[in-house]
Amino acid sequence: MKFWRTPLDADKIKVPHGETYVIKERCKGCGFCVEFCPKRALRLSDEFNIKGYHPPEMIGKDECVNCGLCEMICPEFAIYCLEEEEVQVEG
Amino acid sequence: MITKEHPMTPLLRMDRIPHIWCPTCGIGTAVSCFAAALKQNEIPLEKVAIVSGIGCTGRVAGYMKVDSFHTTHGRAIPFATGLKLARPEMKIVVFSGDGDLFAIGGNHFIHAARRNMDLTVICVNNFIYGMTGGQLAPTTPLSAKSTTSPYGNYEHPFNLPHLAASCGATYVARWTALHIRRLTNSMSEALNKKGFSFIEVIAPCSTVYARRNRLGSGLDLMKFYHDNCEIKNGANPEEADIGFQSKIIVGKFVDKEKPSFIDNMHVGLKRALGDKYIPYGGDDGAK
Amino acid sequence: MKADPKGVLTGEHYLDGDFACAEGALAAGCRFFAGYPITPSTEVAERFSERIPEVGGIFIQMEDEMASMNAILGASWGGVKTMTSTSGPGFSLMMENIGLGAMMEVPCVVVNVQRGGPSTGLPTMVGQADMMQARWGSHGDYEIIALSPNSPQECFYVAIEAFNLAEKYRVPVFIMMDECVGHMTEKVIIPPAEEIELYPRRLTNSPPAEYLPYMPEDDLVPSMIIAGQGYKIHTTGLTHDERGYPVMTAEAQEKLVHRLINKIRLNADHIIHIEEEDTEGAEVVVVSYGISSRVALAAIDEARAAGIRVGRLRLITVWPFPEKRIRELAPKVKAFVVPEINYGQMVLEVERCAAGQAKTILVSHGGGDVHNPQDILEAIKESIK
Repeated sequence: MKFWRTPLDADKIKVPHGETYVIKERCKGCGFCVEFCPKRALRLSDEFNIKGYHPPEMIGKDECVNCGLCEMICPEFAIYCLEEEEVQVEG
Repeated sequence: MITKEHPMTPLLRMDRIPHIWCPTCGIGTAVSCFAAALKQNEIPLEKVAIVSGIGCTGRVAGYMKVDSFHTTHGRAIPFATGLKLARPEMKIVVFSGDGDLFAIGGNHFIHAARRNMDLTVICVNNFIYGMTGGQLAPTTPLSAKSTTSPYGNYEHPFNLPHLAASCGATYVARWTALHIRRLTNSMSEALNKKGFSFIEVIAPCSTVYARRNRLGSGLDLMKFYHDNCEIKNGANPEEADIGFQSKIIVGKFVDKEKPSFIDNMHVGLKRALGDKYIPYGGDDGAK
Repeated sequence: MKADPKGVLTGEHYLDGDFACAEGALAAGCRFFAGYPITPSTEVAERFSERIPEVGGIFIQMEDEMASMNAILGASWGGVKTMTSTSGPGFSLMMENIGLGAMMEVPCVVVNVQRGGPSTGLPTMVGQADMMQARWGSHGDYEIIALSPNSPQECFYVAIEAFNLAEKYRVPVFIMMDECVGHMTEKVIIPPAEEIELYPRRLTNSPPAEYLPYMPEDDLVPSMIIAGQGYKIHTTGLTHDERGYPVMTAEAQEKLVHRLINKIRLNADHIIHIEEEDTEGAEVVVVSYGISSRVALAAIDEARAAGIRVGRLRLITVWPFPEKRIRELAPKVKAFVVPEINYGQMVLEVERCAAGQAKTILVSHGGGDVHNPQDILEAIKESIK
């Protein structure tokens, strides 16, 4: 993860890292997760699901901090995050 | 990519998903927050029941994997009252819409609040009758259009937190479908509150409310909440009126202690009858 | 299963029909009552509110009859036997959720102490004009059970029977009293608890994983659960499948509604309870119920004294209508005489079942009062001409 300015206690803080899973066929393309992801880590993909919507996909694999907002805001129960191993903070 | 299970799976009837709600509807988000609140509290799911009335939000009962009752229009609260009195150890949650709870069911709401009946009532307010195609609701803001107010609404709408507070609710909060953390926390608090707790969840209806009023999609309404909600915990709910596309005051307005209906019933009858009083289901209050 | 002695006020009492009905319900194990005051049924609620804290039950006065009806449905899912009582205007308000009770198959008992109508009508005076409303009052097709007692003593027993039928067939059961029976005070003997046989709730033996809330058993009635025991059921007023999930198709409608109808129609012989006297060999049979059956006795006695062979058939079960018995009698008698305090309700059923094989004569009365026995006598005499 990249910071604009490295916090002084960066070495003591573990930034959580999440992996986002999309259940594509449930998605109705509302865009809530994309719009409100605090890390701007999601976008609507080009692919179509069976209903004709574009399910979201991760932009950068390392951006997700496992905050769970997408999971909570998704009205379709179609996306969720699980905690992955921590990533290194770059200077 | 579906290698693991959605964390809500134990709480939802996944065999019924996808649900019937439109794209960009906010009801699913409210359900998601409610499921998160149940998880947060580690409430045993067999001790929770959901009662809904009729309408879009009325379908919530059908998607939660707890004892769930989809009743008639407006009657969720009295049904829940009976269920709660028969199973006092359970947490009974009424999950329904603004038209259901406040038009046809308005009388039941004010009386349950007056009695301080031990219920949690969650109202998803989308300002309109969604299921029937977008008619005027008791919450439709002045000047908003609906299929039965095609020239703009000229009826004063309800201010739901003010109504709940003035009828005696012990917990009153309002959030939008965007305030997922605060909403979840409020739901947790309400679940643990004795007596009558009420949460209004303002949620987008894209298909009939936003479209008819040229407000874009549900996503645009969520962005509107983002820019126009003002969090005022402890504010006087009387000042929380909602106008058409005006600022929305959200927050926790009331959180007070008052003996609930069940408390008062036991105390009153014990005082009058002494040892002759046999509480329902034995002394522990549970059957 | 025997009655719980806690609720049984064993002994000889002097009670009105409303009180006796409440005592019957308590004896039957009813431990939840939700109601709204309305003349002439208020005494049922009053008796409950006084008695129930001493037997381990709950009384709640709701804000209206719609709420009362829903509260008893909710409480019934909580595993308790439930009842409400009302009269005409309140009965109309309950109709919506009587349909919900029929659709969700909720055992419960509704007392209607009938008064003169329509609308506010004659609040303190007798009527019998809600009989068809009991059968058809809620929208859609369904079958219910309705009983009609004619004395305070019978109010007690009919209340027990009503609870047993409600539990056995998982259906709302009506006790169709009338103001005269409700407000008439007579001796009521309440037997010891061990002499009262009760039908317990049909609770499933299946574990939650295997249980289907609307899978019928052999008698077409599904077994039930109690909320809070981990079955996590869904139930709805929408047309549903065996899982209780809504299914919006004509096939699901046919399967469900046909079963709701058949569970009563095909079990009618087990449900129906009538009282007969001298119907074999009769020229004319007086078919009556409630207070009218007692008024008719004077006319029947006089007619017999005048040499007319008069039989008497009293409907204790009003719905399902004892169709088979009327069909059996029709070819053997000249006429059925039906006195009722309305302008022709149950007489339509008698006429339908008589199917032209016997005359059917209505002795109508607008309500506010009972028949003059002389009018019934005239009808009997007329019927054999």
